[in-house]
Amino acid sequence: MMSEAEAKKPAGKKKFELDDRLKAYKGIWVFIEHERGVLHSVSLELLGEARKLADKLGVEVAGVVMGVPGETTRSFCNEAFHYGADLCYLLEDPLLADYRNEPFTKGMTDLVNKYQPEILLLGATTLGRDLAGSVATTLQTGLTADCTELNVDIDVRSLLATRPTFGGSLLCTIQTLNYRPQMATVRPRVMPMPDEDKSRAGRIVEEKLGMIETSIITKVLEFIPDEMQDKPQLPFADIIVSGGRGMKKPENFNLIWDLAAVLGAEVGATRPVVQSGWVELDRQVGQSGKTVRPKLYIAAGISGAIQHRVGMDASDVIIAINNDPNAPIFEFAHYGIVGNAMTILPALTEAFKSHLATARKVG
Amino acid sequence: MAEKFDVIVVGAGPSGNAAALRLAESGLSVLQIERGESPGSKNVQGAILYSDALERLIPDFRDDAPLERHIIEQRMWVLDDESFVGTHYRSDAFNNQPYNRYTMIRSQFDKWFSERVQKAGALIICETTVSHLLLDGKRVVGVMTDRQGGEIYADAVILADGVNSLLAKKAGFHPELEPKNVALAVKEIHFMPQELIEQRFNIKDEEGVVIEMVGKITKGMMGTGFLYTNRESITVGVGCMLSDFKKQKITPYDLLEQMKAHPSIKPMLQGGEMKEYTAHLIPEGGYNAMPDLYGDGWMIVGDAGMFVNAVHREGSNLAMTTGMHAADTLVELRKEGKPFLAANLKRYKAKLDESFVMKDLKKYKNMPDVFHTNPQFFNDYPELLSNAAKTMLTVDGVDKKTKEKEIGKSFRQRRSIFGLLGDTYKLWRALE
Amino acid sequence: MHIVVCIKQVPDSAQIRVHPVTNTIMRQGVPAIVNPYDLYALEEALKLKDEYGGRVTVLTMGPPMAEAALRKAISYGADDAILVTDRAFAGSDTLATSCALASAISQIHKDMPVDLIFTGKQTIDGDTAQVGPGIAKRLDMQLLTYVSKVRSINIDKQEIVVERRSEGGVQVLNTKLPSLITVLEGTNEMRFATMANMFRASRYPLKVWNREQAGIEDITKIGLKGSPTVVSKVFAPTARSIKAEMIECESGEPKDLSVTLLAKMFAKYPKLEQEIAKQA
Ligand SMILES: Cc1cc2nc3c(=O)[nH]c(=O)nc-3n(C[C@H](O)[C@H](O)[C@H](O)COP(=O)(O)OP(=O)(O)OC[C@H]3O[C@@H](n4cnc5c(N)ncnc54)[C@H](O)[C@@H]3O)c2cc1C
Ligand SMILES: Cc1cc2nc3c(=O)[nH]c(=O)nc-3n(C[C@H](O)[C@H](O)[C@H](O)COP(=O)(O)OP(=O)(O)OC[C@H]3O[C@@H](n4cnc5c(N)ncnc54)[C@H](O)[C@@H]3O)c2cc1C
Ligand SMILES: Nc1ncnc2c1ncn2[C@@H]1O[C@H](COP(=O)(O)O)[C@@H](O)[C@H]1O
Repeated sequence: MMSEAEAKKPAGKKKFELDDRLKAYKGIWVFIEHERGVLHSVSLELLGEARKLADKLGVEVAGVVMGVPGETTRSFCNEAFHYGADLCYLLEDPLLADYRNEPFTKGMTDLVNKYQPEILLLGATTLGRDLAGSVATTLQTGLTADCTELNVDIDVRSLLATRPTFGGSLLCTIQTLNYRPQMATVRPRVMPMPDEDKSRAGRIVEEKLGMIETSIITKVLEFIPDEMQDKPQLPFADIIVSGGRGMKKPENFNLIWDLAAVLGAEVGATRPVVQSGWVELDRQVGQSGKTVRPKLYIAAGISGAIQHRVGMDASDVIIAINNDPNAPIFEFAHYGIVGNAMTILPALTEAFKSHLATARKVG
Repeated sequence: MAEKFDVIVVGAGPSGNAAALRLAESGLSVLQIERGESPGSKNVQGAILYSDALERLIPDFRDDAPLERHIIEQRMWVLDDESFVGTHYRSDAFNNQPYNRYTMIRSQFDKWFSERVQKAGALIICETTVSHLLLDGKRVVGVMTDRQGGEIYADAVILADGVNSLLAKKAGFHPELEPKNVALAVKEIHFMPQELIEQRFNIKDEEGVVIEMVGKITKGMMGTGFLYTNRESITVGVGCMLSDFKKQKITPYDLLEQMKAHPSIKPMLQGGEMKEYTAHLIPEGGYNAMPDLYGDGWMIVGDAGMFVNAVHREGSNLAMTTGMHAADTLVELRKEGKPFLAANLKRYKAKLDESFVMKDLKKYKNMPDVFHTNPQFFNDYPELLSNAAKTMLTVDGVDKKTKEKEIGKSFRQRRSIFGLLGDTYKLWRALE
Repeated sequence: MHIVVCIKQVPDSAQIRVHPVTNTIMRQGVPAIVNPYDLYALEEALKLKDEYGGRVTVLTMGPPMAEAALRKAISYGADDAILVTDRAFAGSDTLATSCALASAISQIHKDMPVDLIFTGKQTIDGDTAQVGPGIAKRLDMQLLTYVSKVRSINIDKQEIVVERRSEGGVQVLNTKLPSLITVLEGTNEMRFATMANMFRASRYPLKVWNREQAGIEDITKIGLKGSPTVVSKVFAPTARSIKAEMIECESGEPKDLSVTLLAKMFAKYPKLEQEIAKQA
């Protein structure tokens, strides 16, 4: 049953003073998400972010690893260290084989109550959101979902969690003042992937889950993995060629595919394009689609609406092709070509082709 | 077991609301059916409200009606390509209560009006389209809607379904109207900070300005442009004969774009954000074109009955007045225990003849008579055109502008009215 | 079987505009709709009712105008509708919202035991996807999120089998009733209301509960007081400091433009050139 709320009314913003009771909460935790032996990259992205925040606050970064006893699970601790964790809290138990809300919620809340972190970060994945919501309610603390930006207000040691609101037309910064831990979920690929440092090591703090199977009501009957091959993997693509409604006809979208083929790129699209069925849903980039951060993003016939932008403006280089010189996308693209995508794209495809050809001869 | 009411009102625009309100207030059982998601949801545009008609229905409307600004200044502009000559008439008399003319936002006004109707006791059902009338011989006995188990019965049905009423036509109450006699008016609403509007037009809080424009802006077509100030937005638009649009090979959208680019108009829109783009057919019917207004078990009110003063873009006041008289007629007859048959309903026509409605319309009776049609040619045509205009040119999502550009192309490419028909149909279907 | 479906009325974000000057949301003329994700939850509940019988109760917490959302739900075939509305709820975040809803559901449970609670995946205004889990925890119920399919329900054994979307695939889960399910989008298509239900919806006497009726004594758990999170800043996304470098050339020919672009780009980002070579 949920712990009784010891919550006091949140103090007003000015001259805010943290309860002594809460001053004990120290350090930044990242939930290390993995499924079927595969570590989810969002956890590493979060470690990178946590590291920055921790250095500002002068505290440690801890990874929380839960899983079945064994090497794989322990190996996730080491990965966490390589990507910025100082220590890992490790829960090994056969009951943690598959993700289930009950044992994971208990494991996490027990850890938090015992070791008292001030900030707890999770990936905004189906697993992360499921767990975060349950933990936050059980602990009666604040949770900010789907953040795109994290920072801290050093004076009050408060997490500044920024996220889109009202369909992405605005951003808002949310704080959890007089409650600990301060929780946030962050979408995959929003934060940059930190560099790996294999020399880094850290402490492992082991804990017991303390549950028995019969006390867990929900059972996993089977797991049907998605067959990956035909599923586009936009979030991890290094090059993406995206088309918008400006491509006018589904046929014209072939121009996008042609360029993508030459570049070995994935194909992305805006929502209207997906909704009119020109490409499948998995290719939608933006707020209600995938967040991507490729090295090169080519946008043809895309206006650059905020809901699309939030999904791609972390790309290293953005090329925009649009026949309207005032299109918003030119506000945040790196290179812009004003013109008809139907004529520019083929030319660009050719240009890349010949350039690559010569490049190969040289190299 | 099908439902039965004293009266069914089709449509929740000004005319339908006026009728439903009056009927409900007099204790008749009223069902009002509206196609839109909510009353007014289809009519986002700003408009001018002429108090008199509403006053007679809801004397205290000023207390809580969502009115934008009362008009204290009327400007008349004649424009050429880079300048205008005009008159400004501003009078403090316009600032004396009760005000006579207001700007309003239809979507909000219709919603408020409808709430009044509901309070009065009418049953309102939205998102439901009346597909046709139920007839018993010549007599209308109810309506059929597009929903499963959709037949509903009533002693009388009031058609308040707006311009180019499909229902009236399906029932053969009035013939098709010729597209070449239809005016098309388009307007946009631009959001703008209140302070900016007030300092730009030099008005105080709640004061408003109307500008009527003629001249080059309509590219020599018969029509007028208009601009008025709402509380936090500005309404700008232009109306011309649809046939002229075709002759001039210009789309309503482009015409409005060019008008907005006019050096005298552009500065007034600066700092605004376009919110809604709507277009609407106005039948240039007038008095001569007056269809049958009533028959056994049915009456027509508002735009559906051609009660539009296209020249002044007046309509909602005619709509409300006709709605009111239709309702009063039924209420009287019910008191006298008389059936809702044509012989008794002619009282409705008599009431209109005494009112300003007919007097005004007589004044404009020399307008082209729209009702010489060749059914064998234009069977579905106006319906499609109207549909296309209403659906295509009404912003209800993100991409209307693109679609409107397309309809524009079709205007330009095709000369023949048949080509126009084809394209309109295509676009209309494309949206279905 | 008794299913409670939580729905929320939200502004149609597709039509929301931001004030060009003040950066505030302009609600003028923005229609309020039923949170699209909640319609999947409602339809799923109605399908189960068709199959296993029972009742569907829709519940919302919001301003009086949220009544419209509930009537809509009735028109689709829900049996009962409850509007929880009280000034005290103003400013609730997801924690306070789930507190209020959980408490209201306990009240509903007193009249007729609740077997299942459905919520949408998330709202399009808050879109936190936390209220569902929040309710489940407070009521100490089994939580099944992102459910794409209800495979079967065994009413006597009080068991349910569902398919749940997880990152890498689909989990097939078996659990005990009562439980809370958040329904994934695209799982079904909302039915078209019949005329009879339209009439029922417009005549239905809504149950409107204030704080007390919803069974909430402790006002520190709801509204602003009960909300750990505070919105400290709302702002419009800033444009990049440096705008796009526009590619131009005399001829203006697509070919020349493209070549110019590559030259400029690879000069500035040599690493990118290798990357692309690697990919291709
Ligand atoms: C809650 C919500 C969530 C959303 N989520 C997403 C999301 O996840 N992803 C997303 O993309 N959108 C999303 N949207 C929609 C978003 O608001 C925009 O409507 C959408 O991104 C616009 O797509 P577009 O740029 O392809 O089309 P448009 O905005 O119509 O832009 C088309 C562009 O093509 C240009 N163009 C036209 N012809 C040519 C030509 N011949 N050559 C070159 N350029 C041409 C035009 O100048 C225009 O700039 C969301 C909206 C809402 C309300
Ligand atoms: C550009 C333009 C500007 C105007 N400006 C002004 C102005 O400033 N002042 C003014 O007074 N008038 C103005 N008018 C005229 C005014 O808008 C109309 O005269 C008035 O709206 C007529 O009201 P109505 O109720 O008859 O029709 P409508 O307002 O059109 O209402 C008809 C209703 O019936 C519904 N409906 C239609 N068919 C069905 C069906 N089969 N089943 C169910 N429901 C159905 C529709 O959804 C609609 O809500 C303007 C018109 C235009 C085109
Ligand atoms: N005020 C509310 N009233 C009823 N249900 C709600 C409310 N807020 C959220 N919900 C439900 O909780 C789900 C998740 O909402 P959110 O956490 O805001 O994304 C929604 O899909 C609704 O089903």
